[in-house]
Amino acid sequence: MGGPVNPGDTRHHPRWYRRRIPIFWWLGKVSYTRFIIRELTSLAVGYAALVLVLQVWCLARGPESYDRFVSWLQLRPVVALHIVVLGVLVYHSATWLSLAPKALVLRLAGRRLPGAVVLSMHYAGWLVASAAVLWLLLAG
Amino acid sequence: MRRSREPFLWALFSGGGMLAALFLPAAILILWVAAPLGWVDLTVYDTFAGLVRHPAARLALFGFVSLALFHWAHRFRYTLYDGLQLYHLNDLIATLTYGSAAVLSLAAGVILIIL
Repeated sequence: MGGPVNPGDTRHHPRWYRRRIPIFWWLGKVSYTRFIIRELTSLAVGYAALVLVLQVWCLARGPESYDRFVSWLQLRPVVALHIVVLGVLVYHSATWLSLAPKALVLRLAGRRLPGAVVLSMHYAGWLVASAAVLWLLLAG
Repeated sequence: MRRSREPFLWALFSGGGMLAALFLPAAILILWVAAPLGWVDLTVYDTFAGLVRHPAARLALFGFVSLALFHWAHRFRYTLYDGLQLYHLNDLIATLTYGSAAVLSLAAGVILIIL
């Protein structure tokens, strides 16, 4: 394994130089809490991907199997869970695409494109991708 | 795990994050919220039951699912590492998160092959 990535780690320094930080340090400030929530959106991403595979599996196994999956989707607690998952996924999209201007440097004719342009391009991409998904699912 | 694997893991994290950001909200809104609540009338079975067996569809789904799982693994790993200050468990957390993503990707791959 590689060494610790966090600069606060003091593996190679005397232990008494380590400042103890409480485990729930991120509850003390709104921006820290938002950071942790942003990182935890990955749980919703993993969950949605896995359950989509199960949905496709049921779909391929035949109408009865798919009907059973659909009736599971219609259970009240499951709908409630999925409304929460949807909210978290939208938060993932918004925060992820908002980071694009920081992560991506685009140059046009030797000049760096302003962050607002990179941001709008990514949000436009989100719009196009969502429209494609809606068209695919609803046009059938 | 050597430090040199970090760019590769980051690429998986980044690809999964981008695909999820672009496609998941619309898909989940329609399939898991709007349809179960009766807002829209889907004909998913008639339209897609044959389509999902196409090799290109299976491959696309496998790519999406495994990237999404490694996105979770990478992000969750650092959330535990930084959020809960589990520096001394770094190796164990990395093994468990990337290991789960690998096992679940493999399971999804098997499901998509035998579909």
